[in-house]
Amino acid sequence: MTALFSIRDLHLSFPDRGNKPLFGPAPRIEVLKGLTLDIPEGRITGIVGESGSGKSTFGRVLVRLLDPDSGQVLFDGKDIATLDEEAILPLRRDLQMIFQDPMSSLNPRHRVWRLIAQPLKRYGRGGTKAQATEALARVGLPAAFADRYPHQLSGGQRQRVGIARAIALEPRFILADEIVSGLDVSSQAQVLMLLKQLAEEMGLTVAFISHDLSVIRHLCDNVVVLNHGEIVDAGPVAEVFENPQSEVTRKLLSAIPLPEMDDDWFND
Amino acid sequence: MADVTASPRSRAGQGLNLRLWLPLTWIVILICAAVFAPLVAPQDPLMQDLMMERLPPFFMDGSEPGFWLGTDSLGRDVLSRMIYGARIALFVSVIAATTTCLFGSALGLLAGYYGGWWDRVISRLVDIWMAFPPVLFAVLLVAVMGTGLTSVIAAIALIDWTRFARVIRAETMVQARMDYVDSARIGGARRLATLVTEILPNVLPTIIALLMLEMGIAIIVEAILSFVNLSISSDDPTWGSMIAEGRGAIHFAWWVLLFPLIALFFSVLSFSTLGEGLKKRFDPVLQ
Ligand SMILES: Nc1ncnc2c1ncn2[C@@H]1O[C@H](COP(=O)(O)OP(=O)(O)OP(=O)(O)O)[C@@H](O)[C@H]1O
Ligand SMILES: [Mg+2]
Repeated sequence: MTALFSIRDLHLSFPDRGNKPLFGPAPRIEVLKGLTLDIPEGRITGIVGESGSGKSTFGRVLVRLLDPDSGQVLFDGKDIATLDEEAILPLRRDLQMIFQDPMSSLNPRHRVWRLIAQPLKRYGRGGTKAQATEALARVGLPAAFADRYPHQLSGGQRQRVGIARAIALEPRFILADEIVSGLDVSSQAQVLMLLKQLAEEMGLTVAFISHDLSVIRHLCDNVVVLNHGEIVDAGPVAEVFENPQSEVTRKLLSAIPLPEMDDDWFND
Repeated sequence: MADVTASPRSRAGQGLNLRLWLPLTWIVILICAAVFAPLVAPQDPLMQDLMMERLPPFFMDGSEPGFWLGTDSLGRDVLSRMIYGARIALFVSVIAATTTCLFGSALGLLAGYYGGWWDRVISRLVDIWMAFPPVLFAVLLVAVMGTGLTSVIAAIALIDWTRFARVIRAETMVQARMDYVDSARIGGARRLATLVTEILPNVLPTIIALLMLEMGIAIIVEAILSFVNLSISSDDPTWGSMIAEGRGAIHFAWWVLLFPLIALFFSVLSFSTLGEGLKKRFDPVLQ
């Protein structure tokens, strides 16, 4: 099993504008405090942790929406942490993302087909309406949706469009940041099932950020537990859940809500 | 999967339509008057006739046919002067507002999206600019450049670009924080492309509303400058100069003052209402 991402001693901080002195730069808050881990290729890696533990920040470094202070982010052996904007552009096609809130991540001014086709065009892979409809079909949406605007879809349908947009580029990696937290329970299950199925079909590597350990258990192969910007547990899901190494993981595990998710959701 | 696009027209929707159609009707009338002034004006707007001075409008005793809204103290036809005045008002409002809008909006978009150095320079410039009293600024400018429509247009653009810059900057900053901007970058968009194809369409309704408002404001500013004799020569029929002349004769010929004032009022109101209406109309979410 090879690693698609190798992250070495990753540090990231934000300026603390609230405590900025009258003169001089604002002090910085360290959000990621030296992360080191591998993300295996072709697997779904769950990232859990309490709110504010740095999950989204970490994820956004992986797709280079954020620049780290120091450390290496090797994607397929290439350090993407230090590439400039122009050099990262061709790599971006392989680094896709599905957002938490599809209402705000799908531009309200563009029709569904254009939302899907535009990135294809930008990366020089066509960008026709036919391609968009094809991507819609893969996420289980009828072709008629191509001409709609995002606000004319339900939450679950919107999130499917978000998935279609990411997979249409045939990327190698997808970051999924709390992609079902805005959906009702039955749409949640459907969207997760779809993601799992597509990841398997396409051999995708997925980083799946979630609060919910029961979802992680069903969906992911590996899991990383973050706490205050540090990794406190990591490994295959079964191992970590059987034998948690840290108090934080134990606490998260004990908070898994009952009743648990139905296994049938993922076994078609 | 139910069709969510078809919904019965709500009451709010009809109110919106009326708010759109009323101002639009008035503006179309204005445009027609301006374009076809020589055809529709019943009299020569410059023709003086002391035998015809201070004729009342058609619904009063002593009115003359052909002089529907009466005449002023030099015997010139009020309606014809208003129609020719619409030409100047519209010309100034379209040119001045468009110039102001393009310049101010571009700076607002750049400052709001790129932030940092761009934002510091543009925001400071706006602050400094706004420290000048605008009326003084306009008068000074016209004094330097000389009276005339070019000066009036320049004065409007130089004073009001800050409104566009400020509002569009704030709106752009709000939009720039939305996930769709990150989503566009994930989708391979460069920075400038993100601004133009993703953010601009979302800021456009605000730009259009401001543009319409500015057209109204430009009409007022032109009228004010005519009123104080800083626009084009006072013989030319402008609403502002008509109001200025009518003011002196308000006790014996109120119509000279009132009718241009009403035209001015409706025009300004129409432009700003139309702006708001269009903003809603262009919003796919509110539609
Ligand atoms: N742009 C920013 N500027 C300053 N601080 C930030 C910024 N973004 C995030 N932070 C801080 O970094 C920390 C980690 O944020 P992050 O969004 O990564 O957490 P998270 O684990 O995703 O939380 P959640 O589960 O609530 O989404 C938080 O304390 C947050 O306040
Ligand atoms: Mg988060």
